[in-house]
Amino acid sequence: MSLKMPPPDQAVLARRGEIAAALRAIVPGDGGVIDDAKALRVYESDGLTAYRQPPMLVTLPQTTDQVSRVLKWCHANNVKIVPRGSGTSLSGGALPLEDAVLLGMARFNKVLHIDYEDRLAVVQPGVTNLGVTKAVEGAGFYYAPDPSSQIACSIGGNVAENSGGVHCLKYGLTTNNVLGIEMVLMDGEIVRLGGGRALDPAGLDLLGLVVGSEGLLGVVTEVTVRILPKPETARAVLIGFPTVESAGQCVAEVIASGIIPAGMEMMDRPAIHAAEAFVRAGYPLDVEALLIVELDGPSAECDHLIGEVEAIANQNGAMSCRVSTTEAERLAFWAGRKAAFPAVGRISPDYYCMDGTIPRRRLPEVLRRMEELSQTHGLRVANVFHAGDGNLHPLILYDANQPGQLDRAEAFGSDILKLCVEVGGVLTGEHGVGVEKRDLMPVMFTETDLAHQQRVKCAFDPQLLLNPGKVFPTLHRCAELGRMHIHNGKVPFPDLPRF
Amino acid sequence: MTQARIRPSSVDELIEIIADAAAGGGKLEIVGGCSKADIGAPREAALLDMSAFAGIVDYDPAELVLTVGAATPLSEIQALVAQSGQMLAFDPFDHGPLFGKPAGAATLGGVIGAGVSGSARLSRGAARDHLLGFQGVSGRGEAFVGGAKVVKNVTGYDLPKIMTGSWGRMVALTEVTVKVLPRGRESLTLVLDGLDPIRAQAAMARAMGSQADVAAAAHLPGPPTLTALRLDGFGPSIAARRAMLDLTLAEAGALRALSGGEADALWNSLRTLDPLADSRPLWRINTAPSQANAVIAALEMLDARWLMDWAGGLIWLTLDGNAAAIRAAAAAAGGHATLVRAPEALRATVPALHPQSPGVMALESRVRRAFDPAGVFETGRFLDAPDAD
Ligand SMILES: Cc1cc2nc3c(=O)[nH]c(=O)nc-3n(C[C@H](O)[C@H](O)[C@H](O)COP(=O)(O)OP(=O)(O)OC[C@H]3O[C@@H](n4cnc5c(N)ncnc54)[C@H](O)[C@@H]3O)c2cc1C
Repeated sequence: MSLKMPPPDQAVLARRGEIAAALRAIVPGDGGVIDDAKALRVYESDGLTAYRQPPMLVTLPQTTDQVSRVLKWCHANNVKIVPRGSGTSLSGGALPLEDAVLLGMARFNKVLHIDYEDRLAVVQPGVTNLGVTKAVEGAGFYYAPDPSSQIACSIGGNVAENSGGVHCLKYGLTTNNVLGIEMVLMDGEIVRLGGGRALDPAGLDLLGLVVGSEGLLGVVTEVTVRILPKPETARAVLIGFPTVESAGQCVAEVIASGIIPAGMEMMDRPAIHAAEAFVRAGYPLDVEALLIVELDGPSAECDHLIGEVEAIANQNGAMSCRVSTTEAERLAFWAGRKAAFPAVGRISPDYYCMDGTIPRRRLPEVLRRMEELSQTHGLRVANVFHAGDGNLHPLILYDANQPGQLDRAEAFGSDILKLCVEVGGVLTGEHGVGVEKRDLMPVMFTETDLAHQQRVKCAFDPQLLLNPGKVFPTLHRCAELGRMHIHNGKVPFPDLPRF
Repeated sequence: MTQARIRPSSVDELIEIIADAAAGGGKLEIVGGCSKADIGAPREAALLDMSAFAGIVDYDPAELVLTVGAATPLSEIQALVAQSGQMLAFDPFDHGPLFGKPAGAATLGGVIGAGVSGSARLSRGAARDHLLGFQGVSGRGEAFVGGAKVVKNVTGYDLPKIMTGSWGRMVALTEVTVKVLPRGRESLTLVLDGLDPIRAQAAMARAMGSQADVAAAAHLPGPPTLTALRLDGFGPSIAARRAMLDLTLAEAGALRALSGGEADALWNSLRTLDPLADSRPLWRINTAPSQANAVIAALEMLDARWLMDWAGGLIWLTLDGNAAAIRAAAAAAGGHATLVRAPEALRATVPALHPQSPGVMALESRVRRAFDPAGVFETGRFLDAPDAD
């Protein structure tokens, strides 16, 4: 593994016992602080299991005041903090550091307030994504962003990663569904960001900046989310195509015709076969690409749009087209797609999930070149995509027990992401940079671009104590980043009025 | 007072101008179409005229993405995307007419800088939800990019979010990439007549909580007193959703459909604010919809005129003096108030933006300093101390 993390601070490691005692004074009681080596192993990795590192200590606070005092103490004592929600990050965002305290938010698990009139819910960050929907579904509402990990992942983690889901084409990512947060800065200060119960903030959109900041700017202790009335109906169309090109063309034409489906997912042949073998969803096996298009709204709308989608599919040479007639059938269409990761897990000892986004028009070319890369690296790949927004999830199949295969899988993965950037796309559409794509950031951003991002970090956490080693390939000290290169004193536009 | 004007014609010139100002303690006010120049305190900074950075760079309707020079006129963009049956779903509008200026000057960069969203913001999100990426030159005199040109991206910090509503205080934007969406093929505006504000707000809340997917909801106290709900989308869907609303709102009264012309006039009046046309200061109050009536009740006693958009979440209001009372009423409702239009004397003493808690103000100022350490873009327009820390 080539990944380098910041070297551990030996002085901090030497004070481990003292640090544990100080934290215990702030977070007393059972499970407040964990320092037992065996118990620490539980936290050694997140959803990106290739990387493991037990934390120095774990603390599981229960109140904002405790979080504030923990951070304040660590700030004063130069101790690093890694925040953690449910530990499902696929980019290593919650990977512990040897000399850092892992701050787990699991005990912040209450739904605090639901307001149906203003259509919002105030929840603690450890509430699961699905937990929000469960809390409001009795009244006919739901929380729209739906990552596949929704039974486990926390709202705090969703905020940190700006998570999406299969419905984000129509309903947006986390950032479009959060109204406000309470957050603790590394020095212990508690701030409220966002409009709260109003739609817009009073000043700069710092909430928008914090969403997707991967736990580098502060620890989120409360989240206000928008809830939406559940659409009257949802129906899905399952369409098989002879080529990936024709499937891609169908997607483009659906959108160009003015339809934004609730979800539009594509799978390639290897993914279709793996999913069908696993869940027997009834997927056609003679097609090269499969589309699931979901329409939601009043049933009159669904009926109407299904007709339009079928017509577009047929014009693009669809080999098969099935429309769900019952809720059970709709869920069956989705079952294969939702189980795509474990399904691939059955045909290969290990798989590595990538997450680039591309301009959709480049899809055929990207898939062709991915196939070439698959040959070059000698590893198979299965593809599922959020087709509507061009977010690819290539699953690279490998066997970690075969020497060199993990390294090859990583090399293949980084070639795929470089390809995404080359065609005008990005390194990550929803899983975050974390440690995984950290060293690829210069593929997408210049040093100047990155410095402008890192100075934002300095505005929140000038000592770089919060989740260091993530997102940015180089840890520049803030003083160094703040320096301005001096212009050579030459006045460039002598005839312009001076100030 | 006239402000000097500098018009760079290339990114290189822009860099030089800003770097020069940063080195020499100069101040620059970034301007596109100047449609919002009368917001904020009077100031003397030289105008940094961005008009050279205009034009369509890339537009592929099927990708839902549009890239333009930041100073491209909003009207040009709206006309372009309309040709493909698309729209800027956050419904931005031109502030010029609010200040007695001709329409047409507003630029997309200005819309982004001021975070302008119209009536459909209620259902489709704000400017901040649709800005995907940008290129610009920071107060450090350095060109850089933030975000990207695809609809789904979480790579690095979401810098486009803090460009939206930043009022040109950190970065001179040269190019912006926004998400575009299909425009509803049809639109139907339904009104309830004669509701008092409490019943109007309740009716709008019920409509928003229904499955009718209401695109916009506004209340005009009149005369005539109208509560308006707009449905956008496909014909059969609109018919079905209208039937839902008839049921949901039965006790609030009978829904009456406006003609296309009447509907356009009504929604346009929420941009021009003609129903409020008077010479008194104009305020924009953001609050939770359920709190709108408390704000209105407190300020009507002071003779305020007002109208509600965003189902009550946005109140436009005119009122003489009494800035403190307005801000107190907004704050008591958990909201905030922006001073949009006022005589110079008032703007010189009352900050345009609602003061925030000291902690958030300090954080915000540190973030601004991260992009503009010398305070090149701190012109005094927002009346906060240009602290260089
Ligand atoms: C099977 C599977 C399917 C998935 N499907 C999707 C998908 O469809 N879409 C998608 O977007 N993602 C998906 N993910 C990724 C992952 O679930 C999300 O990124 C999720 O938001 C992480 O939440 P978490 O609570 O597990 O956070 P963690 O993994 O614990 O942490 C993630 C990051 O958030 C930070 N963090 C956590 N809590 C806080 C807090 N309170 N304050 C500050 N920072 C915090 C951590 O430091 C870390 O950087 C999937 C993961 C798995 C394993």
